[in-house]
Amino acid sequence: MKNFLKVAAFSLLVIFSFAGFANLGIPKIEPAPPPTEEKIDLGSMTIEQFVGIGEKIYKGKGTCTLCHNALGGRAPLLEKAATVTAARLKDPRYKGEATDIESYLVESMIKPSAFVVAGFGKKGTNDAVSPMPDVSTGSIGMNEVEIAAVTAYLQELGGVEVTVKVPEDASDSAAEDDEEEQRKPFETVEDILDEVGCGACHKVGEDEGEQGPDLTKIGALRTEAHIRASILDPNAEITKGFKKDLMPKDYGTQLYASELEMLVNYLVALK
Amino acid sequence: MKCQDGNRGKFNLLGLVALLAILFYFAPIHFNEENLNFGVSVAESAEPAAEASTDVAASPYGPAPKTTLASYPTIKGINGRVVIWLVAQLHLWFAAFVLAVPIFVFIIEAIGMRTRDRRYDNMAYEFIKVSITAYSLTAILGGLLLFSLVLFYPDLWGYLATIFKDSMFWYAALFFAESACLYLYYYGWHWLQGGDRKWVHLTIGLLLNAVGTMLMFLANSWLTFMMSPEGVNAAGVFAGDIWPAIQNHLWNPINLHRVVANVAFGGSIVGAYAAFKFLSSSRAEDRAHYDWMGYTANFIAISALLPLPFAGYYLTTEIYAFSQQMGITLMGGIFAWLFIIQAVLIGALFLSANYYLWCCMGRSDGAERYYKYIKYIAIVIVGAFLVWFTPHTLVLTNEELKALGGPYHKYVGPFGIMPAKNTAVNLMILATFVSFLFYRRANKIATVSWVKIGNSAQVALFVAGVINIFILGVYYGYFTNTVYKIAASIPQVCTTLAVIVISILIDSFMYKNAKEVAPLKWGRVPERSQYALFLLAVSFTWLMGLMGYIRSGIRQHWHVVDIMRDNSADAFTPTMGFAANVVSIGTIIFLSMVIFVFWLSQISAKKVEPENYWAPEAVDGAVGKGGGG
Repeated sequence: MKNFLKVAAFSLLVIFSFAGFANLGIPKIEPAPPPTEEKIDLGSMTIEQFVGIGEKIYKGKGTCTLCHNALGGRAPLLEKAATVTAARLKDPRYKGEATDIESYLVESMIKPSAFVVAGFGKKGTNDAVSPMPDVSTGSIGMNEVEIAAVTAYLQELGGVEVTVKVPEDASDSAAEDDEEEQRKPFETVEDILDEVGCGACHKVGEDEGEQGPDLTKIGALRTEAHIRASILDPNAEITKGFKKDLMPKDYGTQLYASELEMLVNYLVALK
Repeated sequence: MKCQDGNRGKFNLLGLVALLAILFYFAPIHFNEENLNFGVSVAESAEPAAEASTDVAASPYGPAPKTTLASYPTIKGINGRVVIWLVAQLHLWFAAFVLAVPIFVFIIEAIGMRTRDRRYDNMAYEFIKVSITAYSLTAILGGLLLFSLVLFYPDLWGYLATIFKDSMFWYAALFFAESACLYLYYYGWHWLQGGDRKWVHLTIGLLLNAVGTMLMFLANSWLTFMMSPEGVNAAGVFAGDIWPAIQNHLWNPINLHRVVANVAFGGSIVGAYAAFKFLSSSRAEDRAHYDWMGYTANFIAISALLPLPFAGYYLTTEIYAFSQQMGITLMGGIFAWLFIIQAVLIGALFLSANYYLWCCMGRSDGAERYYKYIKYIAIVIVGAFLVWFTPHTLVLTNEELKALGGPYHKYVGPFGIMPAKNTAVNLMILATFVSFLFYRRANKIATVSWVKIGNSAQVALFVAGVINIFILGVYYGYFTNTVYKIAASIPQVCTTLAVIVISILIDSFMYKNAKEVAPLKWGRVPERSQYALFLLAVSFTWLMGLMGYIRSGIRQHWHVVDIMRDNSADAFTPTMGFAANVVSIGTIIFLSMVIFVFWLSQISAKKVEPENYWAPEAVDGAVGKGGGG
């Protein structure tokens, strides 16, 4: 028994040493939360602001700087990507269909293998295949507006004329998309609760969620206007003891007006 | 005797054919002619999306589920992710242990057959005996993992089951086959002894290993599909052919890495068992037996530990080849700090392994000749550990950047890159090998006439090897493009392996018929040496847990990378401190369960005859009937 205790104490000491080093010996870093698609309000945006959006995407969501940086040397630097376009388009290795700087930059993001800078191709492909993913798909998943913004930023970075126009018809195409995928309105408040998933975080109906406030008597505690505002802008006021940013902020666009009112009326009636 | 030899040959051939069939079956992509250089086939990497999209046009399968927060059931007071994390890790630890033990039990049994030294057979039996209960625990934990997945991640489970349902059926069938082989192998051990019967037993052992390995490969395909999905299109629509999904990009690198790591892990756990038995034994012959058992287990663990970093580099290379983003997340992002923790653990492993060997040299008085060199080996290992410990790309504040004068330290910074670490780990491995060589020679003196030439050749070999490793590291590390930096690892590995193999060959010939000057006295080791074995086992367990976190963590907010997004409340990457705490809790639970398994194996051998408990008539009657008088 004495040996067992000695060995157990030694083993626990080793485990606690490793855990202690991981907790105290290295800096505490909170990993970035999963990326979310930002709504870009194009209404009154100037091209300078659009370039700024492009830079933000370039350094953030696009994860371009992971490889295109001066430290790692994994991918070519892009300061001159715009200025070398003419030479690239004439290069016999060029396999794309671009005709100018703007279309070349867009093409290099969605078809990276159209031209691979010497020395940066996938190993064993003789620089015929780029290791870069198509940024419009997968984990990067940039949309057309975001690609246009990055293109504008790369033009600005290269010191050439920014030919990209702030997209004006984005809302139209979005409307077309919406039309294609438009769903039927929910008919009952139970459907709304099920589909939106309120019960995953709140105690409401038959659900027992705990991450958000208990809604079983919310009508007695809050006014109708307050409940509506909390759905549309959840961070405006946070109930004590609960965290900010947990509740999605887009129910104003996810729900039809009739559904929102049905939900508010239901909650107001919970007393 | 002639007949027996003939049969022996037949079984040998059967075993070889079975082994080759398994190897061919599971060596499809990364070891084909195009990929012998660890690269990726161009045609393969360029075409899968197109192929998949043609195949999926007529697919009856739907796209990967698009989950919302509501898709993840919650249970009051329970964090689903942590539950799955712990259960999966515990299942993996036990599975690694029960897959590894039969590998070296098979080898030890074969050595016993070859040498006709019964001690090997007894030790092999003891190894399998102490692990037998672990099989049912592995199965229970596997069932618990399935239950947890269905409960907390139903959409993910549904999606994976849609794609892998056929292989899941085979998995269940193989599970039965493995159980049958295991029970025959264990319970038939003393029945299948001698002559042909022993060959039958060994063949069952081979089958047990083959089935167990296939089981692991199948399970590996499910998890590697989540990291590098193939056989589906961009929306996750399954093309209907399960083979591309199984044979995804990271499947073989993970298979290789896990087989090697399992053996090292299993050896370390059994080593800890032997160490405990050694400490608890008072009889000299028991201590000698468990000292020998601990040494053998440690030898197995270290033999597998030495090639493990190379399997790790192969896996990392393939991760980069699959997705640079994933590779950089692994090595250059937040996980970069994790490799500092890993360096501490690897340092602990190598130091404990070497310390154990140095202590073991005390078994023979002849070892005194080599004591003076130990300090130099220690310096090399600590130096190499410090290089491995040097961070690469770290997240720095502006103040830290200013104080440092840039993102890298002026003098220490160059040690942060992979070629420096490759160089360090190769030197660490060579130093450990030197410790082993000294131990091996401790009780002997070579009698061949060419001793001086042999020793000089070995020294020259080591010097040339070390110089080559340095030159490769410096050239690839500091004078080529980053893309080629990792390329240094392959010739460096080849150099290290060449030095080890050639040196063993020279040593074997040189010490053939060597004179024993001071015999090895098993059991004559200090008790502190046994703690090195515990350190090895605990470090290995903790390290496996940590690497499980990173392997899963590099998927970030994706259940299936780029195909099925994790939209649960826990889709974020946990901090390393939190991960370390979960791993520590898992390690404590695992080791407690292992102690329980070992304790069961001990009480199964104990027999208590209670006084005045059984009625004398009944006992006599039973003996009279059963014993036949």
